[in-house]
Amino acid sequence: MLRTLWQRALAGIAVVAGVVTLTFLLLHAAPGNPAERLLGPTATSEQLAALRHTLDLDRPLTVQYAGWLGRFVHGDWGTSIATGRPVWTMLREAWPATARLVALSLLLAYGLGLLVGIVQAARSRSRLDTTLSVVSVTLFALPGFWLGLMFVMLFTYWLRVLPAFGAAGMDADVLTGWPWVVDQLRHLALPLLTLTVIGVGGMARFARGAMLDVITQPFVAADRAKGVPEWRVLTRHVLRNALGPLLTLLGLSLPALFSGAVFVEAVFAWPGVGRVMVEAVQSRDYPVVMAATAVSAVLVVAGNLLADVLAAWADPRVRSAPRQA
Amino acid sequence: MRLRDHRAAFGLAVLSVVAVVAVAAPLVTAGHPNAQGDIVATRFLPPFAADPHGAVHPLGTDRFGRDVWTRLVYGARISLGVGVLAVLISVVIGTAVGAAAGYLRGWPGTALLALTDFALALPRVVLLLLLAALWRPSAALVVVVLGVTGWMPIARLVHGEVRGLLVRPFVEGARALGAGRARVLWRHILPNALTPVIVAAALGVGNAILLEAGLSYLGLGVQPPTASWGSMIASGRDTLVNAPWVATAPGIALVLVVVACTLLGDALRDALDPGAVRRP
Repeated sequence: MLRTLWQRALAGIAVVAGVVTLTFLLLHAAPGNPAERLLGPTATSEQLAALRHTLDLDRPLTVQYAGWLGRFVHGDWGTSIATGRPVWTMLREAWPATARLVALSLLLAYGLGLLVGIVQAARSRSRLDTTLSVVSVTLFALPGFWLGLMFVMLFTYWLRVLPAFGAAGMDADVLTGWPWVVDQLRHLALPLLTLTVIGVGGMARFARGAMLDVITQPFVAADRAKGVPEWRVLTRHVLRNALGPLLTLLGLSLPALFSGAVFVEAVFAWPGVGRVMVEAVQSRDYPVVMAATAVSAVLVVAGNLLADVLAAWADPRVRSAPRQA
Repeated sequence: MRLRDHRAAFGLAVLSVVAVVAVAAPLVTAGHPNAQGDIVATRFLPPFAADPHGAVHPLGTDRFGRDVWTRLVYGARISLGVGVLAVLISVVIGTAVGAAAGYLRGWPGTALLALTDFALALPRVVLLLLLAALWRPSAALVVVVLGVTGWMPIARLVHGEVRGLLVRPFVEGARALGAGRARVLWRHILPNALTPVIVAAALGVGNAILLEAGLSYLGLGVQPPTASWGSMIASGRDTLVNAPWVATAPGIALVLVVVACTLLGDALRDALDPGAVRRP
């Protein structure tokens, strides 16, 4: 088991390294360069050359890459070309907001999705099952950025109950205690609601499928024949056996939620990694794009690793399996 | 697949209607999608309102006085076109990589499979943002970018199918009759391996349409003034208060089309998999 996890961790590190290398190559393969963008069309060639030298852009690609990698590993992530601030600081300030949003919505969406999926599997082919299927397919199809705007229209403009932008109010610095908590929660409400709603559909669909895969197996029929109460069949026998794929889903849904967070953060001006990433991409801010990509790859790989650990904890068959292909 | 399956019937109906309307766009709309009249007199007209020229706007007008219905219909061309073409690219790459990985013995097969797993572990939206921002945004770029970031699940599916089919008697029979490696793969294995690909493609089109809309919303996809559902939602963002229909209409269209793709994919999967017992 430890050996498998160790292999997974190594594979994860390889993925992060691959992502970073790919990002570096792509950024340099693309047309246009940040020096021209920064100085504008009126810049003289001397000014451009000077800036390219300052930004290390006039050196061979391999040298730039090696230099960047060395500094990156040591925590020196360079300065943002667009804002002039250290990239490390920008991302250190941004990641808790994203982690808070994604973790809470993962918890909510997973719990709700699991519940809906179990109810559907228990009442398979009933009218309730069909209705919930229609609802979950619709939620699954909702574009996060559009749903976010609809919530803003409803809760901010029509009902005037919740703020639409940012993670804190203008007066957040002077608030303490309970009012501060309320302010934080009010700002969290709409982004969290949006991300959760778009996540629940997919979770419920998957949970229903995983439960039904188990329900059709002979041992479930044997349980029922023995007279085991239905709720006990579902919780102790079916859910226990469906837990493996369901925990894998937990890891797999992290990248999906993170992707959703990129759009949701853009809609709600949520000060997270997604927004930093989008703004950096739009202004071709090389150092920030590379660091944000690396950070998101690390988040996703860590999520998958965590899911592996959980799956091994829940299922002895995975734990004792000699090696997985 | 029987049309008695309500999911298939609904999915096919919605997609057919949208496809027909998109193709027949000039017939079901009046005027050009980017046409602007007298901006002051025609902007932000609510749905079903008539402008001073007597023209009726079934879904109202946007801030430039452009007809939302017309833009929605022309936007359907972009959404469906981008979605289908992107998935086509994914299917071609995925089938090629998956078939090669399953058919080749030794390190080439292993290497291709490792490449697939590596690409599968990359966060797709991050990659999309990166690629979409590097080159000048356009519909063609979005097609390519969505295509090259979406082939991995299909490669995995095809790889599994090919592996399973290789040991089947009819493949052995074809070999015994003297069919070459290429012929066995092309004529005997691939046609039998494509069933799950059809299902994945139907689901993939919906996903690609959503991602195209997302990229266009962020300004990294189809560029204004070309009508795309994503960019229409973006342009309606600032007018949610006085003209909510500008952002609402394309969103509803998006949801309908993606639901249709998903239901069709679900129905296809159940119909094509004889072992499946689950039907709602």
